[in-house]
Amino acid sequence: MDIFKIIDDFQRIDGDALGRMEFATRRHFMNRIGSKVAQVAVPTFFASVVNKAFAQSAAAIDVLNYALTLEYLEDEFYKAGNAAANLIPASDKVIFTQIGKHETQHVAFLVKALGAKAIAKPTFDFKYGGAFADVFTNYKTFVTVSSALEDTGVRAYKGQAGALLADPQILEYALQVHSVEARHAAMTRRLAATVTANPAMKGWITGKEGAVPAIYAGEENMMQGGKDLKGLASKSDAAVTEAFDEPLTKEAVLAIAGPFIKA
Amino acid sequence: MNRLVKSKNNSGKEDGEITSVVNRRLFLRSAGLATSLGTIVISAACNDDDPDPMIPGTGDAVDLGSGDIGVLNYAYALEQLEAAFYTQVIATPYAGITDAERAILTDIRDHEVIHRDFFKAALGDKAIKGLTPNFATIDFTKRDAVLGAAKLFEDTGVAAYNGAGKLLKDGGYLLLAGKIVSVEARHASVIRDLINPKSADFAGDDILDANGMDKAVAPADILAAVKGYVTDSITGANVGK
Repeated sequence: MDIFKIIDDFQRIDGDALGRMEFATRRHFMNRIGSKVAQVAVPTFFASVVNKAFAQSAAAIDVLNYALTLEYLEDEFYKAGNAAANLIPASDKVIFTQIGKHETQHVAFLVKALGAKAIAKPTFDFKYGGAFADVFTNYKTFVTVSSALEDTGVRAYKGQAGALLADPQILEYALQVHSVEARHAAMTRRLAATVTANPAMKGWITGKEGAVPAIYAGEENMMQGGKDLKGLASKSDAAVTEAFDEPLTKEAVLAIAGPFIKA
Repeated sequence: MNRLVKSKNNSGKEDGEITSVVNRRLFLRSAGLATSLGTIVISAACNDDDPDPMIPGTGDAVDLGSGDIGVLNYAYALEQLEAAFYTQVIATPYAGITDAERAILTDIRDHEVIHRDFFKAALGDKAIKGLTPNFATIDFTKRDAVLGAAKLFEDTGVAAYNGAGKLLKDGGYLLLAGKIVSVEARHASVIRDLINPKSADFAGDDILDANGMDKAVAPADILAAVKGYVTDSITGANVGK
């Protein structure tokens, strides 16, 4: 896609279109195209104006605040982990810095999208009532919790897709975050597999394999679209379960996340 | 391809400054026009971007159909390409492939074959035909070429599913797409880590935007991006409509 081509087409369709864009003249775009920012900013400019309506149903606001709760949790978790001395080995620093950056970006995006309707950040207890007491001093515990948070995030977003059917643009944003959580999940699962010496734990979820078993209930599902996929394409049950990630309801996710939230 | 996908990135934050100086009311009218003509505008623009479009005509014309069935056929088409690609990768492994790499690529092949066969079964007599892939440009003997193509297929798959979600009307299909897209994202993450281990590339700044979001790309753009890898001429003009 070529932005100039689109502007040309705009003009062909409506010769006055550019004039009505006031400052956003072709010259202005041309001047900006030299920088990397412009390559991203110009198309997003179009998209964001189209989407400015950003119609938010009550259901969508609920979903976004639910997502914000989880993103607040992840953001604060990585901020604390990345700041802790002698926790993350130098070899893995870049990975958790990148993940932490995304969680901060997700929080900022959701806060901006929700505006005055955004919930305040809760107070968190990452020691999970003592179960992860050494989470910021023992890398093994940190990676375990990280992989669990990411996989839970994937399940949580997936569980809300249907609630956003009436809000297509918000659905799309949610999907765009959902797949990033899945990228994180695969990475942290592989780190966890190494740190906990568990080769059965791969980037994808075999059966309900994971570092914190309780949160993987249902991942072993073999039924998709009303069909039992056992034996499909002569593949193993393990492969069938890996090929599909499973959702969690909001209630199930909040039950998992609850002990992290103090108030 | 990169440029194409990048330009569909639609959730950046740098827009505020420009937006503020544009007459919102008037612009919305133009934007609405663009939306209604989006398919034409985008496909016209894409033609310019692809000086080397796969000359259609060597294979069959395949119409993905309309509505939700069109979206499912679209997914089925992409899964066919991915499954064929990884089947070839495992059949003729690149020089120096490690056991760990072979295990990962075999897993991915199995997932893609399962996705493909699942869609075929789910679509029944509404399924498009089996496509004929064209991987002539991929050197399967070389690790860089294979993993580079794998990265492209996985990132494209993620962007395609993300862009197709809102085209679906049925919540059950949407959930299925959601169950699959996160697995594709896991693949993308692992492949990217094989290419550049222990780097930020698994969720790299080259593919995510300034909001930490993956891409969401419309079917027309995805089909234009992958058409070099299939001999059939795929039409997806009515997907989701």
